[in-house]
Order: sequence, then structure tokens, then C-alpha cells
Amino acid sequence: MLRLPGMATAAPAASSLSHATIIPPQPHPKPSSTTTLSFRSISRAATKFPFKLPSSYPSPLRRLSATHNNNISSSSPPPATTFHGLCYVVSDNIDTDQIIPAEHLTLVPSNPDEYRKLGSFALIGLPSAYPIRFVDPGEFQSKYSIIIAGDNFGCGSSREHAPVALGASGVKAVVAESYARIFFRNSVATGEVYPLESEVRVCDECNTGDVVTVELAENLLINHTTGKEYRLKPIGDAGPVIEAGGIFAYARQTGMISSSPVSA
Amino acid sequence: MAATAIPSTYNPLIKKIESGLSPFSSTQKFNRSSNSNRRIVAVMAPQSERSPSTTGSVKTAMTMTEKILARASERSHLVPGDNVWVNIDVLMTHDVCGPGTIGIFKKEFGENAKVWDREKIVIIPDHYIFTSDERANRNVDIIRDFSLEQNIKYFYDIKDLSNFKANPDYKGVCHIALAQEGHCRPGEVLLGTDSHTCNAGAFGQFATGIGNTDAGFVMGTGKLLLKVAPTLRFVLDGEMPNYLLAKDLILQIIGEISVAGATYKSMEFVGSTVESLTMEERMTLCNMVVEAGGKNGVVPADATTYKYLEGKTTKDFEPMYSDQNASFLSEYRFDVSKLEPVVAKPHSPDNRALARECKDVKIDRVYIGSCTGGKTEDFMAAAKVFLASGKRVNVPTFLVPATQKVWVDVYTIPVPGSGGKTCSQIFEEAGCNPPSSPNCGGCLGGPSDTYSRMNEPQVCVSTTNRNYPGRMGHKEGQIYLASSYTAAASALTGFITDPREFLQ
Repeated sequence: MLRLPGMATAAPAASSLSHATIIPPQPHPKPSSTTTLSFRSISRAATKFPFKLPSSYPSPLRRLSATHNNNISSSSPPPATTFHGLCYVVSDNIDTDQIIPAEHLTLVPSNPDEYRKLGSFALIGLPSAYPIRFVDPGEFQSKYSIIIAGDNFGCGSSREHAPVALGASGVKAVVAESYARIFFRNSVATGEVYPLESEVRVCDECNTGDVVTVELAENLLINHTTGKEYRLKPIGDAGPVIEAGGIFAYARQTGMISSSPVSA
Repeated sequence: MAATAIPSTYNPLIKKIESGLSPFSSTQKFNRSSNSNRRIVAVMAPQSERSPSTTGSVKTAMTMTEKILARASERSHLVPGDNVWVNIDVLMTHDVCGPGTIGIFKKEFGENAKVWDREKIVIIPDHYIFTSDERANRNVDIIRDFSLEQNIKYFYDIKDLSNFKANPDYKGVCHIALAQEGHCRPGEVLLGTDSHTCNAGAFGQFATGIGNTDAGFVMGTGKLLLKVAPTLRFVLDGEMPNYLLAKDLILQIIGEISVAGATYKSMEFVGSTVESLTMEERMTLCNMVVEAGGKNGVVPADATTYKYLEGKTTKDFEPMYSDQNASFLSEYRFDVSKLEPVVAKPHSPDNRALARECKDVKIDRVYIGSCTGGKTEDFMAAAKVFLASGKRVNVPTFLVPATQKVWVDVYTIPVPGSGGKTCSQIFEEAGCNPPSSPNCGGCLGGPSDTYSRMNEPQVCVSTTNRNYPGRMGHKEGQIYLASSYTAAASALTGFITDPREFLQ
């Protein structure tokens, strides 16, 4: 049982937050500073964000020997997370129906088999203006691990299936000019993908299939195919929540809630 | 220009407010635990700095949304950007997001965990009901089993899919059911696993959509961390012409501010026009704030609100109103008497055009239904146009009442000026397809056997709320969003048609 004293009591209406023993999400230090966070489930984080090179890894990428540094002890600075791979480029106002069409919402994300299936349908709602399929037929995962988008990515429905489908398909991060609020929040709450914001419009200067790297600690997007670099806005307090694997995992890591997932 | 929108930045506080608006920043000051006590599982609650208003000697003006969240977070004062733990009055979920929410609740709180309050959770099957899709049917079973296990007080079940009328508990589209069953109350906080939960802002309630994980958290704790949104104020004045509906107003507004114009913001609707709107029309207005990216929308509660609530709820509620000197991020003013019927062209709700400018657009079908366009008054409006024309429709016209109550209304309430005919009789005479079983249905496509799903790349005029590619089922389909006046007029001609052709 998750213990949130003062929350799960018999008289919730009367329970005052000021008497509850909850630690709120702590203001998180900026990536450049040191952190006091302890990462108890390093192995989970490591499996969640494996650093893998695509088979089509081209030669000019030597500088990318930077690794996904998750080998940290509890007193180390935050992991210098790096995502590297092929990007898939979309334009403005990609709504949740394009990310995961409503006919696939019968799949329940908390069911592992159906979670995988959601991945196979990621971005299948894109219209014919996008001739390259995001996930190849018969596959569960996409070869594109980073999505580059314009304004208002994830607008529309509150369906959590949207960030889940992207995460299940292997997407690590989305770099968009801006996000719809609920999609952003769902991405953080589930820890499925990093919803990163670029300082300038990037989607017009990148092509699907370009090789890109996201350097999270440096707030940088590098397009190796074009040789251009772009500044990203800091992910801030949301970063550690995503790193942990979502709000529940984060709350446990930081001691905000006490026990392990009951049936995990 | 038909509309005059004047974003005003008259308030000297605006700069200050905007500086705290980053979605990532927190203006809240918390007691931080030090390294040494990091392993302690329960520490002090968030302590806010004592603000002058706590003493009662200084009153700081707040907007309606800020006040509702202040009450629900037991604070005396909030400003935009504050992150606060909010006590939730009602949590709503449905057959599409309920199973995932329940999955998270069970995983995180335990197989035998109990929900925080069985009377504050409302579970409404409404999305994929009348389908032979096995997984969709299973999902309704999941929410039924959970509701029985948890003894959920408000679960609106359906078992006999062959005849919805054989299911007295079944309501239909969740947002309209919430209103009709008395779950929308002024001053309260409603969260739902559906983006159109903002519909309930019509009652002066703070209502917004959340995902499964957040909903799973609320299910177990009754609380959620929310950021206080700044408010955009929309002042709608002037007499509403008899050819306009609230759908025209909100499409006008979304066209003005864009599909992201209210992202992370609250939208407050005031003015003499808003005061004159019925509750159903106010719902249409608030339902679509999310199409502008809005977090929530509110209409101040008044006599119209209280009249609607009569007999629907026995709970006490406390309406909240914006202080006269409250800070708004910006203010937009519209003279409604000068507006004309509008549509949102494919493929975006902000792609506004005058209906009369689209008179050459040939259409294949018309859809009247959904949470934003399938209420009793939406059908009465369509019937009024059919009645005035005396003609038959030129394209297939699909009618999907939002709820069982709306369905009954369509079959029983006489349409004014018709000599006692009901909407259903007028629809039949006009050659529409018979009103179908209440559900979300074709509005969002859904399983392939969904009634009125767009399976061909057709052109549809629809009273629904979204027209992104694929929304009603076919990726290359073209959806024009419109009021039910415009939808009915277009059904008659087979082209997008300004309803004034029939109503004047």
C-alpha cells in the first residue's frame, strides 16, 4: 500500500494538506550544478534509456563517443543523458489522433502485451503527406528514436496512449517548438519520453533519417547530417521525474512515498 | 472583419505575472530535506511563505480559477505559476482510459487497495459501446468489475448492447452525463481522463483533463499537484443573433487566438451575451477551450446555473467569482451582434472561415452529435432549420444524441412553431438517418464498426470539436466544424451553407 499519511485517511475532505506528511517534488538543481538526489534504481534507468548506435551509424560521428552515463553512485552528479539515433521530422499541431488513432485506444497501456502493440501503431495516424512510415509494417519498434516537431505537439486528446505509444516504439525524446499541455504532463507523469523544447524552429531544417544527438545536460540538439547544432530549453524539474521513470517512481526515489510498487 | 478582438495589456501587473509563467518554474518555496535525512520516508508538508493575506489584513485580488484552486489547496492566496496540491472533488473516467487508470492504481497502490473515496469517483462507459470489438467490450467489463469491487457509487453501466433503452443506468457521453447527473457544481474541482472534461467549466467549476497516471494517483490519494494557470478573459457583449449558436462564438475565439493560444492558461467567459446563454450553450463554449490549448474554461455561476442544478444535486457548493481588480493576462472583447456563422476548415479547429465563404464546398455527409454538439438544444436547433426550410436533406445526415436523456428529449419535446412535432418527427420528414444510440461514436472514429464512422475519404460538416486528420475515422477525410444550424443548413443543400438562407 502506498503510504501517503493524511491522504488516504477515512476523512479525505477534512484532511488538511498542511498536516499531511508529503514531500513535494523538490526543486531540482539545474543540470550544471550538483545534485543530492539518490538514484536507487539505477538498473531501471539504465534499461530504460540504453545508449545504442543505429546500424546505419555513419562515420562523421566520432565526437559522439559520449556515453549515456548512468554509472553513478548515489552521490554523483545527475546522469549526462545522451540520446543518439535517427530522427523523424513532423510539422505543427501533430494531434493525439495522428500519434495514436482512436481505433487503437482499446489497447490498455498498463497491460504489457498491449503496451508493445501500442508501439507498433505509433504515428500511424499521420496523413499521406508523410510518405515514410514511422514504424515499419510488422515491427513493434521504430528505427527513429528522436522526433523533431514544430509547434503544439500532442494537442487534442488527454489520452496517455500517446506518449506511451511513442515510448513503446522506442522514442527517447521529442524535440518540438512547443507542446500541448496535457501531452507534456503525460510524458512526464509516465516517464515515457523527454518532451524537450527547442529555442528555434528546428523541424524545417531537419529531414527524417538525419542522424541526431540530444545532449540533455548541455541542452543541445546536434544534427550530424547537416552539421548544425540547436539550443534546447532546460527540461528543469521534469527531467528527474522522467529519468526516474515517471511520477510514482520519482516519488519513491525521493522518499515522497515510501513503499515499492506493490505488484511490480 | 466581422469580429473585433482587442487583446489588451492594460494591467501593470502583467509583466510580473508573465515572469512566473514558465511551465517548468516553481514559485513555491518548500522546506527541503537535507542529505542527512534523505532516507526518511515522510517529512514536512510543503510550507509556503506566509503571505500578507494570510493575516486577513490584506486582500489580494484573484481570478475565479485562482480562487477555486486556492480553496481546494487550502491556501488563502495563489498566483499564476504556483504549484499546489489540490484536493479533488470529483474524478471521472470512462471505458477508454478507465482500464489503464485502474491498471496504474492497482500496480502502484496494490491489488487490494481501496479508492480514496467511492462517492467521488464517477465511471461512465461512453466511447466504444455499440461495437462487436472484443477488446472494447472487455474494457467495459474491466470498469464494471472495478466499480463493483470498489463499490463505486456512480457507475453508469450498460450490459444489453442491443438496446440501450434496456439499460436504465446507462447515460452516454460522459461530459453531458456529468452535467445532467449533478456532478458539475460551482466552485469545485473536477478532473477527468478526457480532454473535454473542461466542459464542466460552464458551471463555474475548475475542470480539466488528465492522463491515466495522474488519474491513478488521484484515485488513490484524492489529490494532484497542479500549476495555477493565468487567465485570459473573453468579454462577449451584445445580443446574440438568432442564426448563431455558442459553437460560432467558440470557433470565432479559437480562430482568433489559435489552437495553442490558451496553452497553460485558463479562459474565462463573461459579458452580457454569456449571461444570456443557457447551460447547454455555456457547455459548448467551455467544452472547446482545450481546442485552444486551454487548461480550463469558466463561466461565472448565476441564476441560470442554479436553476439547472435544481433537483440534480443535494450537495452544498460555494461559487467563486473573479475579483474586480483581479489580474488577467489579456482581455478580448467581442461584439456578438456583429458576428456571422463560421466554420473551422480542415484540418485544424482554428482554421476559421465564414460559412458563406465556403458555399462552394460540396459535402458528402453531416454529423450532429458529441459532447459539444449532441445536446438537446443542438438537435432543437437543427430541427428548427429543417422546419423552416420544409425541405429534405441532400446528403446522409447522422444524428447521435449525447445521452439517453437527450435521446428521450429528441423523441418527446415539441419543437416550437412546429404544431407539436418532436425533433425526431422533423428529422424523419427531412430524411435524416434515425437518431442512434447515445455514445461518443463517430466523433472520434473508434472501432471500425462504429455507427457513422467515416470510413471513406469524405467531406463532412460536423458539430463535433476536432477536425485533425483522421479524427472521424479516415485520414484523408475532411471535417468542417460548425454549429448545428450550419450543419443542418448544409445537409439541406449538400454544400456548406450559412443558416441565414433558411432562418431569415
